[in-house]
Amino acid sequence: MDTVILISQVIMSLALILTFVRVVRGPSLPDRVVALELFSTSVVGLVGVYAIKSDVASFLDAAIVIALMGFLAAIAFARFLERGGPRDD
Amino acid sequence: MIDFIKGALIIGGALFILLASVGLLRLPDLLTRMHATTKAAALGVILIMLAAAMHFAEVGIVARSFAIIVFILMTAPVAAHVIGRAGYFVGSKLWSGTVKDELRPNYDPLTHELKSGLETQENAKRQPRETDPD
Repeated sequence: MDTVILISQVIMSLALILTFVRVVRGPSLPDRVVALELFSTSVVGLVGVYAIKSDVASFLDAAIVIALMGFLAAIAFARFLERGGPRDD
Repeated sequence: MIDFIKGALIIGGALFILLASVGLLRLPDLLTRMHATTKAAALGVILIMLAAAMHFAEVGIVARSFAIIVFILMTAPVAAHVIGRAGYFVGSKLWSGTVKDELRPNYDPLTHELKSGLETQENAKRQPRETDPD
């Protein structure tokens, strides 16, 4: 079981690295917002796997909070984009 | 047995998240990237949370992980819709191979107005109906 968890953590870290490449390269601001949302979703997955590994169920609460923050950040960014604030892509 | 199912769920979830990030990196424009990330990443998190529910197997924790699943299922489409809408209005370019853009003939980006193509003088008048109160 520990090996499986290690493998999945390596896979998800690779996913985080690939997402970060898009955050850096992303040609426009909405691309970066999408990448940041994927960031928060994969961190939720990592926290869930870590909760299984460490056998501490309270980490699931942290996962809920991270998912909530990612959603609110996406909504706020979209509002910011639609209102047409100052942008520097 | 339950260890095997748990391991399969965890690896499957991690692979779906990796798939989402590969799609985010490789696909050509904003809307196709969103199509990759929202669905694949939501499925990955759902599989991992199912594995967590099977691992702990207590009522409160199973309910909590199902709450995460429902939350992801409800928020991922909303966030994707809002970002896609903002991206279209901001004017992010569509892929050159895009087949259809149904919003383009009906939307005026300068005045931010939508038209249905049915705005005639005739349609603007209100016709009396049977159900109207006197």
